[in-house]
Amino acid sequence: MGALDFIVALIRAAVFNGTPLMYGTSGEILTEKAGNLNLGVEGLMFMGGAFGLLGAFTYGNAMGDSANGVVAVIIALVCAFAAGCFGSLIYAFLTITLRANQNVTGLALTIMGTGVGQFVGEMMRLKVGGNVAISNALKLAFANSPFPQALQNIPVVGPLIFGYNVFVYLGIIMIIVMHHFLAKTRKGLYLRAVGESPSTADSAGINVTRYRYFATVIGGGISAIGGMVYTMTISGTVWNHTGLSGEGWVAVALVIFCLWKPINSLWGSVLFGALLILYIRLPIAFIPTQIYKVVPYIVTALVLIMVSIRQRREDQPPAALGTAFFREDR
Amino acid sequence: MHGKTPFVRLTKRENMPKGKVWMIRFGSFIFALLIGMVIFAVIGAKPLSAYGSIIQGALGRRTGIRQVVRDAIPLLGTALALAPCFKMRYWNIGGEGQITMGAVAATFFAVHFKNMPAVALLLIMAVAGIVLGSVWALIPAIFKSRWGTNETLFTLMMNYIAIGIAAWLVGGPWEGKPGSQIMPVFTSNAILPKVMGVNCGWIVVLVLTVLVFVYMRYTKHGYEVHVLGESENTARYAGMNVPKIIKRTAALSGAICGLVGFMVVSGSDGTLYSDVAGGAGFTAITVCWLAQLNPFAMIVIALMLSVLSKGASTLQSAMGIPASITDILTGIILLSMLGCEFFINYKMHFRKSAEKEAA
Repeated sequence: MGALDFIVALIRAAVFNGTPLMYGTSGEILTEKAGNLNLGVEGLMFMGGAFGLLGAFTYGNAMGDSANGVVAVIIALVCAFAAGCFGSLIYAFLTITLRANQNVTGLALTIMGTGVGQFVGEMMRLKVGGNVAISNALKLAFANSPFPQALQNIPVVGPLIFGYNVFVYLGIIMIIVMHHFLAKTRKGLYLRAVGESPSTADSAGINVTRYRYFATVIGGGISAIGGMVYTMTISGTVWNHTGLSGEGWVAVALVIFCLWKPINSLWGSVLFGALLILYIRLPIAFIPTQIYKVVPYIVTALVLIMVSIRQRREDQPPAALGTAFFREDR
Repeated sequence: MHGKTPFVRLTKRENMPKGKVWMIRFGSFIFALLIGMVIFAVIGAKPLSAYGSIIQGALGRRTGIRQVVRDAIPLLGTALALAPCFKMRYWNIGGEGQITMGAVAATFFAVHFKNMPAVALLLIMAVAGIVLGSVWALIPAIFKSRWGTNETLFTLMMNYIAIGIAAWLVGGPWEGKPGSQIMPVFTSNAILPKVMGVNCGWIVVLVLTVLVFVYMRYTKHGYEVHVLGESENTARYAGMNVPKIIKRTAALSGAICGLVGFMVVSGSDGTLYSDVAGGAGFTAITVCWLAQLNPFAMIVIALMLSVLSKGASTLQSAMGIPASITDILTGIILLSMLGCEFFINYKMHFRKSAEKEAA
């Protein structure tokens, strides 16, 4: 295998493994931009993974051979998104309306969400009496590139640009839309204002509660899609909770690495995708695998330190991150 | 004009009678159990017999009770460790990593000083766990106090680094059978003695409960932590050395976590696993919070969660319900009890009366 082939394969693997992070991270960025630190991402991704699989599986079973791949993908997306919205709605209700502590609520959501995900996954397995599998035709809809074969066959460019599964492209579109929304629209500006200084935003007539609910619920839904993408692509449409576990926490870490900018999660998720698999693709003799695996976390901690030491204003976390807003408090 | 008045207005309240407070908390617990019953009904199990078999599985037999107590030790210990940090509003969510590093340090001595007498070895292991646990907690605290680095996220990262180090040691230098990726069991002089069928860690955490209570309530340090938690500016104007308090409290927290790590390897597991903390660092956060940082309430809550998880594992064999139902039930209980604090801390005024006035 030539060096070029190796690099192409490495980049492809990085993108493939980074896609769930792309969703997990950008969803959490939206949430944090409005001032809510949702540590429930891990749980949300579990729920998304399990319900996405359940949706596609139920649809495949009901339709038999006449099942349509595109419909299955849409159903999986909708199920995962809905599960994530539901989970983060609980979080939003507790932290925004009932003003519960965000850290603790997020952790409780993670405990519940991983439980729900695993429970649904195991129940499916018990019902079927073995591994949950969907038909090959449907599997291909999740795995294959949406582009025509001719484009994928172009050397180097084909596999690197046109050769990924549909979720890569959907994710890129979603992140660009989110970037545009946050950076260029009035509503996006309001949302950021709510995350920086809710009392100022409130005085300016912005409905703090509404924006926080919106960001948290939609963000949670997007994060949950990441879990579905993991189950349906990386783990091959099989429920695999050991593989999925930790994915949500990496996504939370990646938010910091991306400096709370959705556009950075485009390359950040690919980089972390690479870091997650580099120990397989590019083993270094004197670094043990397990130490190699923690590199993403070390990098994130270093970024966190750098950001706080340099104190550049545009790199800081949203100022009101993690705090509830109580209008009567002032 | 009255159309503009909000439907519900909130004011803080601080003087709710103790009895009523606990009524609300108990009510929210019952509420969570009711939701749990709905879930059992949805999956086609008899709700009451499911709860019955949880209680039966956890408390019906002596071995069950012993396991419940054994599993409550790290939960209670870590919750105690986190209490001063949370009082200070320093979000140490790195209990998982601090436990792991404490366990690693203790294991180092268990592996390399096999021939020491038991008492000396156990003491050294405990001290090693305390030291490394507090160092692990001190690193984020130094950056927090010097540059304001976000401790929530930093301590979270430290968890993964610690678990990675433990995984490497277990599968590498300390590996037992080549390729097994697990460590051999400690020699008997590195195992905590049992008292009443459970490793003596339970006595240690009960003593710690009293110590932490006294520390937080009756010492100068505890007072400083309290003031700093209420307002950093007040603490500074009062002449307190804020960075020092942050570092000291975090180190103390890590020290107790490290001790917990030692008790887990030496008491319940008898060896080091990479997931030695097993989520205790995270679950303890909720234990600590639900107990309102009250050390004695933590005993009850740690035991409750432990009963739930032990009982649900028997649910799997008895009724064919996956054991992950524990996490769902735990999560619902936590969320519902977190939510109920709102009704304790705030009073709601509805618009109705205002409308009447206007009319």
